[in-house]
Amino acid sequence: MFFHPALLSLLIWLPVLGAVTIILTGGDHHPTLARVIAGVISVANLLLCIPLYLQFDPQSVLMQFTEDHLWISAYQIHYALGIDGISLAMIILTNFTGLLVIFAGSHSIKVRVGQYMAAFLMMQGMMTGVFAATDAILFYVFWEGMLIPMYLSIGMWGSSNRNYASIKFFLYTFLGSILMFIALLYLHIQTGSFDIGHFYQLHLSPNIQKFIFFAFFLAFAVKVPMWPVHTWLPDAHTEAPSGGSVVLAALMLKLGIYGFLRFSMPIVPDACAHLSGMMIALSLIAIVYIGLVAIVQTDMKKLIAYSSIAHMGFATLGCFMIYDIVRHTSGSQDAYMSLEGAVVQMISHAFGSGAMFLGVGLLADRLSSHSRNIQDYRGVANSMPIFAAFFMLFAMSNVGLPGTAGFVGELMVIMSAVQAHFYIACISALTLILASAYTLWMVKRVFFGMTLNREIGAMCDIHGYELINYVLLAIGVLFIGLYPEPILHVLHASVGHILSLSIPAVS
Amino acid sequence: MDNLLSITIAVMLLPLAGAIVAGLFGKLIGRTATHSVTIALMGIVFLLSIYLCNQIILKGHPAIDATLYHWVASGPFQWDVAILLDRLSAVMLLVVSFVSLVVHIYSVAYMHDDPGYERFFSYVSLFTFAMITLVLANNFLLLFFGWEGVGLVSYLLIGFWFQKDAATAGGLKAFIANRVGDVGFILAMAVILMVFHSFHYSDVFAAVPAMSNQTMLFGGHVCSVITLICILLLIGAMGKSAQLPLHVWLPESMEGPTPISALIHAATMVTAGIYMIARMSPLFEYSEVALSLILVIGATTCLLMGLVAVVQHDIKRVIAYSTLSQLGYMMVALGASAYDAAIFHLITHAFFKALLFLSAGSVIIALHHEQDMRRMGGLARSMPITYLTFAIGALALAAIPPFSGFYSKDMIIEAVHLSTTSGAHYAYLCVLAGAFLTPLYIFRAFFLIFHGKKKIHGPIYENGWTTLIPLIALAIPSVMIGGVLIYPMLFSTPHLLGDSIFVLPAHQWLLSASASYHGALSMAMTAKASTPFWLALIAIAISWIVNVQHASIGDHLKSVFHRTYAVLVAGFGFDRFNECVWVRGARALGAFFYQVADLKMIDGFFVNGSGRLIRFISNTGRLLQTGFIYHYALVMVIALLFFVGRFLLGF
Repeated sequence: MFFHPALLSLLIWLPVLGAVTIILTGGDHHPTLARVIAGVISVANLLLCIPLYLQFDPQSVLMQFTEDHLWISAYQIHYALGIDGISLAMIILTNFTGLLVIFAGSHSIKVRVGQYMAAFLMMQGMMTGVFAATDAILFYVFWEGMLIPMYLSIGMWGSSNRNYASIKFFLYTFLGSILMFIALLYLHIQTGSFDIGHFYQLHLSPNIQKFIFFAFFLAFAVKVPMWPVHTWLPDAHTEAPSGGSVVLAALMLKLGIYGFLRFSMPIVPDACAHLSGMMIALSLIAIVYIGLVAIVQTDMKKLIAYSSIAHMGFATLGCFMIYDIVRHTSGSQDAYMSLEGAVVQMISHAFGSGAMFLGVGLLADRLSSHSRNIQDYRGVANSMPIFAAFFMLFAMSNVGLPGTAGFVGELMVIMSAVQAHFYIACISALTLILASAYTLWMVKRVFFGMTLNREIGAMCDIHGYELINYVLLAIGVLFIGLYPEPILHVLHASVGHILSLSIPAVS
Repeated sequence: MDNLLSITIAVMLLPLAGAIVAGLFGKLIGRTATHSVTIALMGIVFLLSIYLCNQIILKGHPAIDATLYHWVASGPFQWDVAILLDRLSAVMLLVVSFVSLVVHIYSVAYMHDDPGYERFFSYVSLFTFAMITLVLANNFLLLFFGWEGVGLVSYLLIGFWFQKDAATAGGLKAFIANRVGDVGFILAMAVILMVFHSFHYSDVFAAVPAMSNQTMLFGGHVCSVITLICILLLIGAMGKSAQLPLHVWLPESMEGPTPISALIHAATMVTAGIYMIARMSPLFEYSEVALSLILVIGATTCLLMGLVAVVQHDIKRVIAYSTLSQLGYMMVALGASAYDAAIFHLITHAFFKALLFLSAGSVIIALHHEQDMRRMGGLARSMPITYLTFAIGALALAAIPPFSGFYSKDMIIEAVHLSTTSGAHYAYLCVLAGAFLTPLYIFRAFFLIFHGKKKIHGPIYENGWTTLIPLIALAIPSVMIGGVLIYPMLFSTPHLLGDSIFVLPAHQWLLSASASYHGALSMAMTAKASTPFWLALIAIAISWIVNVQHASIGDHLKSVFHRTYAVLVAGFGFDRFNECVWVRGARALGAFFYQVADLKMIDGFFVNGSGRLIRFISNTGRLLQTGFIYHYALVMVIALLFFVGRFLLGF
């Protein structure tokens, strides 16, 4: 079987190399070449994920595929990589999404194709790096590094209000990460190392833990995003090109949850336990308040952006409910489902909302005004029946219909919520109504009815790359919905490990 | 055993195969091939269902309870996709596959000119798949799969003519109303998982007696766990089976094609809630509170919706409100622990209500999609077979012996009469009133459509055989099924449903009710001594007088009771209330959160505010750097004076 000792490095640097090649070959003047290089690299990367999945040992709680080289000896900074089940799932998701975005871009991007492809390849590499890094500084480098291509992609290919959105996006996320950096430095001083694993062994005093918690909280909560630091997301989404929206929704938001899982919960467990009430409250606000806000949106991308925030509320809820569950059931067994639900929610949300963002993008491309306003559309199903059928599937995943990806995580979180508190379950279950209201009301207004606009009547149905993308996404949505066990299988041990590190009283 | 299991799996998957073929390749293979494939598959499913029923019920084969695959394993829980074929699911399977087959065949003619022909067949087959999954589930999770699946297809089919705004609005309303119920259902699942640590029916039911006294703190009150679960399940059932106040979607669902109204919104999907509660009888039996609640809700629905049905003009809406009222009957039966009677009424109702809908559909096509009964009349002569089948459906619905509805409804009324669950007395009065209202509205429709003066000009023709054969196929069971099934359903030991249904010894009212009869014939013979029978006859007579003989009486009554009439036409104002409170409320709240909290406070004040603050500070700071030496010198001098003064004065 194919095995490469530096499989993770390959996954990170191959796209970066591709990006550099595209720029060097003058990709903007040779758009076809740029598309081919980007396509080949992203397919190759996705193929590299196959040996990664096959050789991953789901029973082990240790980091796997580890690589470790001393990078900056003065500060004991290592180039250290390694993955557990959660990272594995996220890396596969990253590379899958990367492929979709390249495909989507090769269709719809007409100006500065080379730079676009290069930016998204960079993003893909950096994001794989974030999920694979086991050294805190390396993590931080990738974490910040991925912001730059994202910022550029909004600023360059975005729509009218892109300057405001890109700066808001950058400042919001950057402000958060500076505090995280300070926290990392503090942890380094305490342990003398930047190895994240070493941070786990610290036993900090409750007060220090709280400070570190808030430093991390700001960085991760902005990314998730949690209420009330969420307002950058709707703006960033609406202004970003559709590929950018997909990456934002499918991957970048997950970094926040990933941060909570990798840093906050294992490093400062007491503070997390202590402040879990606040986190649950914020998650519930995200589910209900943001759900209501989504109903009144008039811009399709804003609506889906708000719906993403609401869905991410489930992921944070699943993470921070574990303390209450353990308190009530006096055993960590029942908390598994909550945390696994959160991870599954992260993954499944990528498919549904990514697909919907792509859909809005390809609708707007077909309209000469490039409008994303719901009221400018009507009766799209008349001229684009195949697209309408696919979109309905993804909308249903967003609604959380059983048999689609969106259902699995939500179900697991709601099932666990009742063990934390009955009312948490009640409030979170309101999403069943809210999600169907905002999603299907939008579907009704955009797809159904008589076609009044002649331009919409003449739209051509999806074909080529668009169709390939949608078929891939539909397979993903249905596969996760009908048979989620393969994903959960790789998560069990890793989630259990994080759980054992995160619950202070049990061990 | 293996053989039976694989047949069961085939029964579940064949409709899905049909849906996929019709949905993905329908345009490719053409109309004839599409309906041939789906009908052939449904035919096979029906035949296999007969075989399964025969094996399980007549041959007494033990129930099949098998796991297909593990869906999710997480922590201590393992959730499987697993099926259960016992007596109850076998009977349901037969009903579902038969009605679905008939509707498939009927649709060939009904949907003939529709551009979405292939899509329609795909949806109907998909619906059948979801419904069969619901029926065959052995755990709450797969039940929920089917439960939501039928909800989805119902949404798609109500909005089938997606160019019509009323249709898509109806679909959306149906989906959301169902989802309100689903909140209850999913919470029930969560509590069940917490208490019983399993979704598997048999695990849960086995543990119920031991749990019957367990309580949990609920909002400061001590509450029985079983009662909590049952009430939450009931909320789910109220959504799917359209009980007050979640019934509002069913009348609107009539915007869909008529075959769908017959299949989904009369015979199968709306009875899912009834089936679910019957299936959960081991749970509900331990909660008096939940049973009372079911009684009251069912009885109220039965009465109020029967009243509304009387004033409808749209032929399909009459039948839709009638369905609501009949679902109320089934609920009442469940509340009186007469689960067998509820399922019995579910079966008979499936046949005669599907018959009524398809007969109505036959009238609608003949009149080129005219649905207003005020413009019909005198069709008896031009459409004799439809006339006859509608009459059979109406007589069955009106519970006139020996038609099928008589047996099932009479048993329900008897059982409620004997029941001592609190609320039973109220329920008894309601169902008696329902027994009067049912014939009143259905014969009003019957007389308005087929009797009186012919109001439509031009010739009207009876439909072709693809329309009529399904009608006849449904008319036969509508006449006979009651008399045939009553003995095995209620009198024999064991009952047809056997141990699928559990009734506490203290709740055996159905048994005592049936003890006084000795068979179908004696039951029909003693009808003349029963109140409901005479109420029905009086109602038909009144209906005849008001609608055929002296039409002016109706107008007179309308003007005398115009307020009552307005309330009934408005359907007791449920729609208005929902629109004003929930729909507008949610939008207003959303708009408030968005405009005020998100845009003004968070973005306007904090985000852009901090941007402005930084700009303000830097602008102010910039003023200090004027570039003039004497400004800097002045500042230096002032500072110097300050520090010197501080040193000298020693503070």
